[in-house]
Amino acid sequence: MSSPNRRTSQHNAPIAHLKANDFKNASQAALQDAPLRRALSRATDTFKQRRLGALEEVDDWEALRTHGRAIKDETLSRLDHHLLRFVDQATARGTQVHFAATREEACTWIADLAERLDVKTVVKSKSMTTEEIGLNAALEERDLHPVETDLGEWIIQLADETPSHIIVPAIHKSRESVAKLFEERLGAEPDLDAIRLTQLAREILRGSYLEAELGVSGINFAIAETGSFLVLENEGNARLTTSLPRVHVAIMGIEKLLPRWADLETFLRLLPRSGTGQHLTSYQSIFTGPKRNPEDEGPEEVHVLILDNGRSKILDDDVTRETLACIRCGACLNACPVYAQVGGHAYGSVYPGPIGAILTPQLAGSKEAVPLPGASSLCGACRDVCPVKIDIPRILLHQRNEVTRKLPMHAPFERLAMKAFARMACAPGLWHRSLALARPFLRFAAGSSLPSRALRCMIPPLAAWSKKRSLPGPARHSFRQRYQRKNS
Amino acid sequence: MHLSLFVTCVIDQLCPKVGEATLTLLEQTGCTVDFNPRQTCCGQPACNAGYENEAQQVARHTLDVLEGDNPIVVPSGSCAAQLKHYDQLFPADDPDHERALALAPRIHELSEFLVDHLQYDASRSGFKGILTWHDACHSLRELGIKNQPRQLLAQVPGVELIEASECETCCGFGGTFAIKLPDLSVAMTDRKLDEIETLGVDGIVSTDASCLMQLGSRLANRGSKIRALHLAEILTQ
Ligand code: SF4
Repeated sequence: MSSPNRRTSQHNAPIAHLKANDFKNASQAALQDAPLRRALSRATDTFKQRRLGALEEVDDWEALRTHGRAIKDETLSRLDHHLLRFVDQATARGTQVHFAATREEACTWIADLAERLDVKTVVKSKSMTTEEIGLNAALEERDLHPVETDLGEWIIQLADETPSHIIVPAIHKSRESVAKLFEERLGAEPDLDAIRLTQLAREILRGSYLEAELGVSGINFAIAETGSFLVLENEGNARLTTSLPRVHVAIMGIEKLLPRWADLETFLRLLPRSGTGQHLTSYQSIFTGPKRNPEDEGPEEVHVLILDNGRSKILDDDVTRETLACIRCGACLNACPVYAQVGGHAYGSVYPGPIGAILTPQLAGSKEAVPLPGASSLCGACRDVCPVKIDIPRILLHQRNEVTRKLPMHAPFERLAMKAFARMACAPGLWHRSLALARPFLRFAAGSSLPSRALRCMIPPLAAWSKKRSLPGPARHSFRQRYQRKNS
Repeated sequence: MHLSLFVTCVIDQLCPKVGEATLTLLEQTGCTVDFNPRQTCCGQPACNAGYENEAQQVARHTLDVLEGDNPIVVPSGSCAAQLKHYDQLFPADDPDHERALALAPRIHELSEFLVDHLQYDASRSGFKGILTWHDACHSLRELGIKNQPRQLLAQVPGVELIEASECETCCGFGGTFAIKLPDLSVAMTDRKLDEIETLGVDGIVSTDASCLMQLGSRLANRGSKIRALHLAEILTQ
């Protein structure tokens, strides 16, 4: 299996560790990895089942989705207004708000802050945005020591990998492989069970919390009306990360806003059910400014860092804007039959699966992720489960069009073939005559004799088809011929 | 009722008998059916591979071929969905956008038309066997077809229908996807087939010719006895 190394931080790509153009090879490698595929199918099946169970108790799931989407559309249609309102409200409550246009800016800002505070250890709770900007690598380059505190993320950090799922970062790892990792890296006893593994991680992590003076978290939703923000989690690590250190930095993309406090109700019902199939996550922490007198707990400084990194470009695009409605629940990954086969690393992006396939080319540019829009059979399972009804197949198609339009040298044979196909399909006489000529040839190629097999091997599309599938030979006479003969 | 048949290129070339079975079914109910021999392909291969101009050209040709106002029956779900959504290929101010919108309500997938418009009685079919239904992605998700084929199969006295838990999972075809990422495509097919092989069925039925091609080809390669069958073949036995 591919294990993208965390330390290959490419400074110029808008997404850290981006290797999306390698999809074909990486997916091929994943298909050979039996333990990976077992772990994936077990995990995605479980999440799919749990999601269905959790939906049963909602009276009108469709109405809830429609409502959630309407709130997101409302937010995106006046995002500047809601952002300014958030800044005003948050600032009034003592939160310091900053903007970063790019991932470098965001990383530099956080590293500078850590240096100013003279901290060495930075604790982090799970945040895909920090993965997007490659924060850990950037901090390490400045001799700072970031520690992931979400168990899955911590395992991934220990293994020097990247997450392979947006809510279950270590979904590709079995218990056995984690036990082996702990044995190798931490000198743990061999073959520990899940409870002992968790205990060990917890013991080590406790020390980091106490040492760290800076805690970094993501944000699930920010509320413009009150300047508050919400972090959802199941392990309690995010609560410790955001309350023990003296300074808390929370980072989010510009699209994470909701206009009103009351909107949280809808999204608290949509997100945990879609993601992990829970009614609610175990912890919901809402932050509205640093600790105030006479409170004696919580950080002295709270910073919110709002990241653009290509998002305002998406906002300006009428066709793909709905991508920004995503609440990163992960349901589309679990539902996707491609993801279930190859897992997240094959996509070569911190955002894998269906949402990754549409978001990555938009953030990084279609040239940086040419195969991703094609990494789908357009089955539409993702659209069915998306809690905010993003029409992912429509956007995938749009991006396939972008690839053929913007990269004229891409797939020259396919381009020629499509031109010929269209020319013929518009000229019925030519179409039917050519196919009548091709049929005996294809019938021969579909045969089981040695020459037939040799012929198949020489024609790439036939070879690709027939490696693991028999080649269906065409009929001797087409429907049209038979119909015309009968009716003449 | 006077109908038109859009037979689809896959059925025209690979399995003309399915087209003939479709004709028989429709004529049994007293409908007259015309077939315009100028029809070729709905253009889906170009559309799904990202060749918008080529897809538009083919759509224009097909819009010409299907000019009229009678219902058009299509024995393949994804082609029906493609024809129904031609409007998405043309900008709103293009005259073909208007024509596409006029075409959409005339397009019917076979099982939907038999049940919802012809109240077809499938009990006369003499087919005997244990079957499982494959919900083709575009039939299910673009056209909302779920119950109609099951209703028809339930009427056939000799058919026992067993549901696969993965009945709604993609067969892995996906047009050029099947050729560009062949191993992935087949791995997806195997996920379905691994379950179906445990059900003890004689056949997988669908109304999507492309899914049937994918499933049938992989079944043959696996040396399975299970056959991939089109609904029209079952109903005309
Ligand atoms: S696209 Fe939809 S289903 Fe996928 S992660 Fe985003 S919100 Fe969830």
